[in-house]
Amino acid sequence: MLYEIIFLGRGGQGGVTASNILVQAAIYENKYGQSFPFFGAERRGAPVAAYARISDKPILKHGMFNEADVLVVLDDSLIKLGVAKKYTIRENGVLVINTQEKIVTRDQLSARGKVKVFAVNATKIARELGLVVAGWPLVNTPMLGALISSNGFISLENVVKATLNYFGGKLGARNSEAIKRAYGETSYVGEV
Amino acid sequence: MGLKLALTGNHAIAYAVKLADPDVIAAYPITPQTPIVEKLAEMIEQGELRAKMIRVESEHSALAACFGAAVAGARTFTATSSQGLLYMHEFVHWVSRARIPVVMAIVSRTINTPWNIWPDHSDFVDQRDAGWVMSYAMDSQEAFDLTLQAFKISEDPRVYLPVMIGIEGFIIGHTAMPVEIPDEKQVKEWLGERRQPYVIDGSEPLGLGGLTFPEDTEDMFYHIQEAMGNVKKVIKEVDEEYGKLFGRRYGGLISCYNCTDAKYIAVSMGAWSGDLIEAVNKLRDEGYPVGVLRVRYYRPFPIEDVWEIVQNVKGIVVFDRSISFGAWGQIYTDLAAGLSLYTDKLPRMANIVAGIAGVNVTSEDFYGMLKSFIDKSESGLLDRNYFTWIKIRR
Repeated sequence: MLYEIIFLGRGGQGGVTASNILVQAAIYENKYGQSFPFFGAERRGAPVAAYARISDKPILKHGMFNEADVLVVLDDSLIKLGVAKKYTIRENGVLVINTQEKIVTRDQLSARGKVKVFAVNATKIARELGLVVAGWPLVNTPMLGALISSNGFISLENVVKATLNYFGGKLGARNSEAIKRAYGETSYVGEV
Repeated sequence: MGLKLALTGNHAIAYAVKLADPDVIAAYPITPQTPIVEKLAEMIEQGELRAKMIRVESEHSALAACFGAAVAGARTFTATSSQGLLYMHEFVHWVSRARIPVVMAIVSRTINTPWNIWPDHSDFVDQRDAGWVMSYAMDSQEAFDLTLQAFKISEDPRVYLPVMIGIEGFIIGHTAMPVEIPDEKQVKEWLGERRQPYVIDGSEPLGLGGLTFPEDTEDMFYHIQEAMGNVKKVIKEVDEEYGKLFGRRYGGLISCYNCTDAKYIAVSMGAWSGDLIEAVNKLRDEGYPVGVLRVRYYRPFPIEDVWEIVQNVKGIVVFDRSISFGAWGQIYTDLAAGLSLYTDKLPRMANIVAGIAGVNVTSEDFYGMLKSFIDKSESGLLDRNYFTWIKIRR
């Protein structure tokens, strides 16, 4: 089973890092993965996408994709501004959002069928754990927790292990805490 | 089994270089290559790698510095892309003609102008006449393995030629994939000490590059061509022993997929071979007898291996991610020229140029192109001059 995931956020929020950690966690489970940034230049604050493929078989495909099984939105203003519509969610797809509002309407999305929506306030979690750089809450790791909570294809245990190895030390511990909290605090909003 | 990490193609190359334990690295940054030398600089800074990093003012100087250090007996590495590679082109020839083992990674990016940072194979294939052994990977793991093997092949006394490893920028260069890192001690034992044909270290007088008369110079050319013949044997030996030690064999100069009973063969090089294999899987399900021949080494050109696979096929489609303007894709040109020496009955051939400057080519695109070629070929409707440039505007 191949899952294609798009992390949509803003430059500096850490979408690429989240995507890399997810792949390392997949490797711990003897699965295969690919993660990559948008091919090209990026700017802090501008809308950016990171891509991940996770599979139980070796992945031969390369290149970017605009249709995904899961769309993870790190900043809900990208939904309000219509940026999220550039990416299509597949049949039986999932949307995971960092939001306080938990309201998403169908016309804000591009989707092939019904979309299951999950929400978490990752900004709050990041702030409370001091995961802030230059005023930017780093919501990437909590959103990783939300992602795996919405779809159990990778275990919490392995994502935490990959996170600890990626950051090491205190930063690793704080990011792992963020993942665990978001994993627990992610709620199913419903289908749109 | 070693450690398994999620590494980009760039970092996979850096890890392989680290295991090869080079003495000197010289480089000038250029997108999309920079993460390789950044990672190596970080490894040196943290004391994990005891190499001397020479910061230079240009790519021309980067390879010149590697060349100088290599002549003096150092194992050296550099990496570049696109304009940087073109700028160092003079020294690309210098190194091979001096028969000095050096390893270089090319993280492909198309050639200016217009300014574009995305990949095709233009920069890599532009070096084809320079006397380097040239390999191209399909994923991060292969980039790692080819880099490590490059040191072994380059320093083999039957070879003594520089080796370059290509990967597409971003598609492989910036994409993290699982990479297994073998045991350091085992690699050291296998790779052995630095070997090279001569050393200029001041201990005895030796001239290099002085005026040489025509017959002697021609001899030097001939010896490089002869060494290229040896390279084919050495690549296969190295692939075999690497497989025994570290568990991964690729099949030598080419890698074949579904070729044994194929009546049609699709030829490709690099990352998009994976998308092509997916297209072939789908076509196989629909009963099309088609296989993929992936070029792993572009120089020496693996014509004997290609002939082995294609001698009984009806048609060959070569996908090129570069073009020799006014002619055809370079892999097609080499393959057609090589095959014409083996037979007076060439199979039907087609050359498709695509994926220029980073244009995304998907397995669906490959599926359509291959299906159309085979259907037309089977119904006798194939154009005589089947050269197509697929432009994909989305």
